[in-house]
Amino acid sequence: MEDFRSQVEGQRAYLLRYAALQLRDRHAAEDVVQETLLAALAGEAGFGGRSNLRTWLTGILKHKIVDAIRRASREAPSADEDQMEELFDESGHWRDMPSAWPDPDASLEQKEFFMKLEECLSRLPAKTSQAFMMREHLGFETDEICKELGVTPTHCWVLLYRARMALRLCLEQNWFGK
Amino acid sequence: MLSCKEVSRLVSQGLDRRLGFAERLRLHVHLAICDGCTNFKKQMDFLRKAVSKNVAG
Repeated sequence: MEDFRSQVEGQRAYLLRYAALQLRDRHAAEDVVQETLLAALAGEAGFGGRSNLRTWLTGILKHKIVDAIRRASREAPSADEDQMEELFDESGHWRDMPSAWPDPDASLEQKEFFMKLEECLSRLPAKTSQAFMMREHLGFETDEICKELGVTPTHCWVLLYRARMALRLCLEQNWFGK
Repeated sequence: MLSCKEVSRLVSQGLDRRLGFAERLRLHVHLAICDGCTNFKKQMDFLRKAVSKNVAG
């Protein structure tokens, strides 16, 4: 078993190149390769040494790539459409152009500002605020956050984006007074 | 030319990953002529500063 695991692991670089070529997205490629290796280890019996290990893994990988492409085309439009849609018009222009916040640094000296910030944070959906706090509070890198939350890097960026958009609006409406 | 919506997404991602050369260039071109997005970017930088200060303080 340990031997099989290391043989499978040994194919990672090859699979990654293969997937990256197909998906043209390094993060998406890493995701599908990870899924492939897990599936391979779980389905060791299905291999049984009948074919070449690389060929067998590539076969699994192809399915994962197709799934990823399907998923991406399904998720892409809805990913940030819900609340984000209201912020921009059809051509992607701000409906309400952001204006400069008056002396934001002065706010950093005020306890009330941080209370308001906490309040805005608490209004975020759980996973969104988790992602945001791991990134900004704990200084995690995105890939660590994805792993921790069990989401793809792309989804991770969407979560962080949503968090920032929502916090900006919340602060603008409740602190910088608009 | 990137739309403001695309710019807002790139500005956010720029806080999480290193943007590619082409992305940075397009961002730069847009920000040079768009006050709204320039304000937005400042606000994003401020948000990061505020949250990290919250920890320190």
